[in-house]
Amino acid sequence: MNHSRIDTRIGTAITLAVAAFLIGPVILSVLAGLTKNYFVGLSSGLTLRWIGEVWALYAETIWRSFAVALATLAICVVTGVPMAWVLTLHRGRLARAMEELLTLPVAVPGLASALALIVSWGTVSGLRGSIWFIVIGHVLFTLPFMVRAAGASMTHADLTTLNEAAATLGAGRIARFLHIVVPNAMPGIVTGALTVLTLSIGEFNLTWLLHTPLTKTLPVGLADAYASARLEIASAYTLVFLLMLIPLLVGLQWLAARGDRRAPLPVNQKPRP
Amino acid sequence: MTEPVAIKLTQCGKTWPDGTRALHPLDLEVSGGEILALLGPSGCGKTTLLRIICGLEQADAGARVCFGHEDVTAQTPEARGVGVVFQSYALFPNMTALQNVAYGLRVRKIPAAQREQRARDMLRLVRLEEFAERRIDQLSGGQRQRVALARALAIEPRVLLLDEPLTALDAKLREHLRVELAQMLRGLHITTIIVTHDQDEAMILGDRIAVMSEGNLEQIGTAESLYRAPATDFVGDFLGTLCRVRARLSGSVLAPGSESITFRPHECVLSQPGSQGHTATILARFFLGSSVRYEIGLEDGQRFSALAPPDSRYTTGDLVSISLAHH
Repeated sequence: MNHSRIDTRIGTAITLAVAAFLIGPVILSVLAGLTKNYFVGLSSGLTLRWIGEVWALYAETIWRSFAVALATLAICVVTGVPMAWVLTLHRGRLARAMEELLTLPVAVPGLASALALIVSWGTVSGLRGSIWFIVIGHVLFTLPFMVRAAGASMTHADLTTLNEAAATLGAGRIARFLHIVVPNAMPGIVTGALTVLTLSIGEFNLTWLLHTPLTKTLPVGLADAYASARLEIASAYTLVFLLMLIPLLVGLQWLAARGDRRAPLPVNQKPRP
Repeated sequence: MTEPVAIKLTQCGKTWPDGTRALHPLDLEVSGGEILALLGPSGCGKTTLLRIICGLEQADAGARVCFGHEDVTAQTPEARGVGVVFQSYALFPNMTALQNVAYGLRVRKIPAAQREQRARDMLRLVRLEEFAERRIDQLSGGQRQRVALARALAIEPRVLLLDEPLTALDAKLREHLRVELAQMLRGLHITTIIVTHDQDEAMILGDRIAVMSEGNLEQIGTAESLYRAPATDFVGDFLGTLCRVRARLSGSVLAPGSESITFRPHECVLSQPGSQGHTATILARFFLGSSVRYEIGLEDGQRFSALAPPDSRYTTGDLVSISLAHH
């Protein structure tokens, strides 16, 4: 047997081991959510009862999580894309400082950011108890991902030159932004949106402090279930979470891939002769 | 068709925020319908000057840019009505060729049917009508250049600016398109400024040539006047090769002396060494097809190039005498 075949086998074995290590617990958890009695084992039989109970107990948290994620995404797109464009146009020291400042909430522990939000805005009437308080926290945390992704796409597509060309053709600022900047930065915007959506749906650190009993989101409900309900219910909850998240992720990946195929060539790339 | 407008620049200078002078304040006038080539090496300020004219760059205080009688110095690029062909063409990748050409009309709120008609007319002008629905990455370099030109022309610009329009193309195509572009521009009767670093391009495309160096306007005139009577050594060197030696002319023969003599390589006439004048040595010989190029060395170590007819048969090491024709 030669070395390369041994190497391949060792490599495959390591990959499989790592995959098993990562996926194993997920499979166990999913199975736990479908077993009649986890402590007895699979021999006790399979059931959909726990999923039904999760739905009865926590359906609201699931819909709320989606609502929060969509609101967060909308705010991130509406503010983050123009912000990325401004930072692309002005590469000065001030722009750099702004970018660093924007990234700060990612580095600061979520609990600390949440505490700061509660201290500063918690007393505004109506806000503390609404899901918008959670949305604000999520925007703070996810906005830099949108700005970074959109900004990278804008630089890559040499949008500053295209913007100048549109200006000489008579297009005003807003027309240039909508007709030229947004369509040509679409791959980055889609990537950013994907990141914002997934981060928001799974966000726990901030939400744990920001939520009230009436504004529980899916991850908070999950923690609640782990702490207070049967293991089977908590596991079924995980299963529901996966069932909702996986189609969303696959769909968005497909969108992003389609966007990449249609992605513009960088302007400075040498044209075919 | 509207009457072409003249461009008049007064005291146009540009200093970058860090204090470097991109452009020393200069005056320049291009008459209506004229094609001016701005010629110079990279970094001489010619693109900066172009960007000042179309409003993408603000000139230093005190500068004035006028189109005809209208002072456009304070106008934004979108208000100036200038057609610009960028060096990279800057075509919008999210649009077809037709949509690119129609874009300037779209933002002017011209009805869809009318703007499509005009965009198709423009594509026909650059002979690309059958490529109207193609995406930009499905076009070749030469086709992109023509779409960029059609897009700039569609808005019926007061002034047309082209920044190195042929540089992104390969050499063979460039040579072909140079002549085509020259013919097309001459037929348009639009006041045009072309930035280029290529002397042949400047000579073929421009009615007049303005030679720039290190942010200064060195000389402006027709290709012929610049070639025959360069105001500075820089201009002489940039438009063709200029030979310079310390010598004197005895009749038309190059002889030892201390005058500064400049001449073009093709003005040298080589002959058998005579009793008077320098005895020069052939250091190298290159056959170029339509001519032979010799590297010539004088006894005192000075060197220069000479061009001779293709049947010239001197070889390396031969001794010759040099005389200058038409000098």
